[in-house]
Amino acid sequence: MSHSHSVKRYHGLMDWLTTVDHKKIAILYLVAGGFFLAVGGFEAMLIRLQLMFPENTFVAAHTFNELITMHGTTMIFLAGMPLLFALMNAVVPLQIGARDVAFPFVNALGFWLFFFGGVLMNISWFIGTVPDAGWTSYPPLASNTYSGMGVNYYVVGLQIAGLGSLIGGINFLVTIVNMRAPGMSFMRMPLFTWTIFIASAIILFAFPAITVGLVLLLFDRLFGANFFEVANGGNPVLWQHIFWIFGHPEVYILILPAFGVISEVVSTFSSKRLFGYSSMVFATVLIGFLSFMVWAHHMFSVGLGPVANALFSVATMLIAVPTGIKIFNWLFTYWGGHIRFTTANLFASSFIPTFVIGGVTGVMLSVAPADYQFHDTYFVVAHFHYTIVGGLVFGIFAGLFYWWPKMFGRMLDERLGKVTFWFFFIGFHLTFLVQHFLGLQGMPRRVFTYLKGQGWDTENMISTVGALMMGIASIVLLINVLITSLKPRNADADPWDGRTLEWAIPSPPPEYNFAQTPLVRGLDALWVEKEAGNKTITPAEPLGPIHMPSPSILPFVMSVGFFIAGFGFMYAKHEFANGIASFLFGNYIVAVAGLVIVLVSMFLRSVFDDHGFHIEPEELQEKGVKA
Amino acid sequence: MSSHADSHGHGGALPEYPEKATLEGRNKLLGFWFFLGGESVLFGSLFATFIALRGQVLDGPSPHELFNLATVALATFILLTSSLTSVFAVQGLHRHNVKTIQMWLAVTVVLGLAFLGLEIYEFNEYVREGHKFTTSAFSSSFYTLVGFHGGHVLFGVLWIGLLMAQLVKKGLTVVTAPKIYVAALYWHFVDLVWVFIFTVVYLMGKVG
Ligand code: HEM
Ligand SMILES: [Cu+2]
Repeated sequence: MSHSHSVKRYHGLMDWLTTVDHKKIAILYLVAGGFFLAVGGFEAMLIRLQLMFPENTFVAAHTFNELITMHGTTMIFLAGMPLLFALMNAVVPLQIGARDVAFPFVNALGFWLFFFGGVLMNISWFIGTVPDAGWTSYPPLASNTYSGMGVNYYVVGLQIAGLGSLIGGINFLVTIVNMRAPGMSFMRMPLFTWTIFIASAIILFAFPAITVGLVLLLFDRLFGANFFEVANGGNPVLWQHIFWIFGHPEVYILILPAFGVISEVVSTFSSKRLFGYSSMVFATVLIGFLSFMVWAHHMFSVGLGPVANALFSVATMLIAVPTGIKIFNWLFTYWGGHIRFTTANLFASSFIPTFVIGGVTGVMLSVAPADYQFHDTYFVVAHFHYTIVGGLVFGIFAGLFYWWPKMFGRMLDERLGKVTFWFFFIGFHLTFLVQHFLGLQGMPRRVFTYLKGQGWDTENMISTVGALMMGIASIVLLINVLITSLKPRNADADPWDGRTLEWAIPSPPPEYNFAQTPLVRGLDALWVEKEAGNKTITPAEPLGPIHMPSPSILPFVMSVGFFIAGFGFMYAKHEFANGIASFLFGNYIVAVAGLVIVLVSMFLRSVFDDHGFHIEPEELQEKGVKA
Repeated sequence: MSSHADSHGHGGALPEYPEKATLEGRNKLLGFWFFLGGESVLFGSLFATFIALRGQVLDGPSPHELFNLATVALATFILLTSSLTSVFAVQGLHRHNVKTIQMWLAVTVVLGLAFLGLEIYEFNEYVREGHKFTTSAFSSSFYTLVGFHGGHVLFGVLWIGLLMAQLVKKGLTVVTAPKIYVAALYWHFVDLVWVFIFTVVYLMGKVG
């Protein structure tokens, strides 16, 4: 066979800028998400240091506003979601026995959009006008009247990053529907893949809402529109609806994949099939649906009226049902299992009670009259940190320790891992458990300091000490990663005695994943083969040449284009003190230049077909063995 | 899993449904349907915004004074016709007849441009009557909703134009076929959104 298309293959930095391999994109997401996690964590430390003592003057009030805004925004959009995208890129195609994702190019584009959106937002720290209207950016606080340039960084940065999430979601929906190996019916899909499927569906239907919200806010701020300007007929509550129609589903975009990780880890380390698999699938789908029905529980005190409040109260409480199903299924999976307490499993098993506390406070908050008391106090802060840190972050840590060997071919150090776990676990509960009581005692959220003698001193001190412990845990994890990466590759294909397909191929996987597409013969496809006495998976096809997509720099260039255009719009009407600056930037030239870069890249992508290249069977053998 | 010839699309006769003959093509179609799901939420949010704010006209002209139904009806007729002509193009696709495809795509593009021309004319008139983007919450939401749709039409025109050029260069293959099919889907969607705009913005503005 003649494969005449020769494809340029890159090395070093260019390899990373042009890669369309989902496993490498996973690593990009991991590095960038990890970086932003560190940034957000640093911001959190500063917040807690300021609140350590009453009447503290460690940071100024205005800086404090900037810190809480950037902390929340960074953690949700630039750390949480990307780290989940890292796991889903690393794992989902392998779990469904695919050679690739449906749209490798779009996958790379999604990453670079997220990355440049995040960079844009954080450049505000260097420009000196930082977003300061809270991660929810409610108008009128977020309007020009009350907020500076910083909110523009929030709006534009989120818009670009959000685009990346949206196309990432579409990519995984199509991948999961169209690319499953023969025999893998929906009801044979591993639970992690299921949760990614539903989370991607939520992304698809939730993100366009925030896209519109951000456009409206941007038009108000830059072009004098009146969506939220009360004096001109606008309505700030409209923002709250749009934001939470997106915002509530968003928290389930975060937590469902964590549920998926926990399901995999619990069943692997109990050496048992997941208890109640089909009810788990059902619960996942139900949560996905309900997540769109309850947004107004963030708006009980706005004045929607008793009927609306009651309806949204009840709808919110309903979510506890499928969540409860999940909790019991995990417990029953452990029950009678042969349990191994690896670091991954420590995080998973402690996830369960921790998340239950977050769920219980959620149900308390869903009682509208009670919410009038709790709302905007530290009780809410405690609730969402129990769900997001105790849920999402525990889940991500469990997933990282579990899949690290698959991603990098190296085992993280278990002893250091356990140090990380205990510091993080204890630090977490110290930090946030006391915040429930602070809230009940009336400490409002988002205040930069408090007076002596209100009875809040001890709890705040404890909370800060706990936060420092989580900081130590993160540093130990970083050391672990460094030490591990200096050692030679030591991971087997299947270090944990795994059950799903990703453990059937070498660690790290070769770039084509499966030399031969596997034939799936049951739930927990690899386990089925192990039970049948087979060493490895049964192939569904003979060995042949494998078609691969070619690398491309266009996703990177296109994202740079968006980045430049974003800046251009933000400063087009800005009053510069310096004449040269206003000549260069004080007009729409920069914005148009950025958009031209985007359009030209799209044009090139459309006109030049990507023929990709082939890996021949002879090459396969050696790569498969070596990697 | 796609075989060699599959993913390249040169050589051999075209299959009956060239747009879904390859896995790449099927992925593209399904991905595009999902994309349209997202677009529905996008326009849904814009509609909700418009409905919430359409009463807030302040000192500016009200929808009733403003809208000229004759122009809008003509624009509607043009756009709906263009949906039909894009169907003819897809029929050409299934008959593997490049000439038919090109002709009907050309008609579609021309109709799209005519629609855009009418819209620009209409917006100009409104601004002259004191209905500026910054006049009121109603005006901001009107221009944003209708303008977003107009932007979609413009994008569609450029896109289909580009596909016509590709068709000249590459002919009808399993690579170009899904692109044309998907562009036609997009065009139907944009027309469908217009039907809602015609009803919710114009008819309800005139009557309600
Ligand atoms: C049983 C499940 C849950 C229920 C019943 C619930 C209920 C609530 C309610 C009623 C509020 C509004 C409190 C207020 O502002 O007055 C709230 C806030 C919040 N919840 Fe939950 N929740 C649940 C699970 C989750 C999960 C899984 C997450 C995230 C992964 C989450 C994240 C948040 C966040 C971030 C906020 C605060 C938003 C803000 O004002 O900044 N919740 N929750
Ligand atoms: Cu919520």
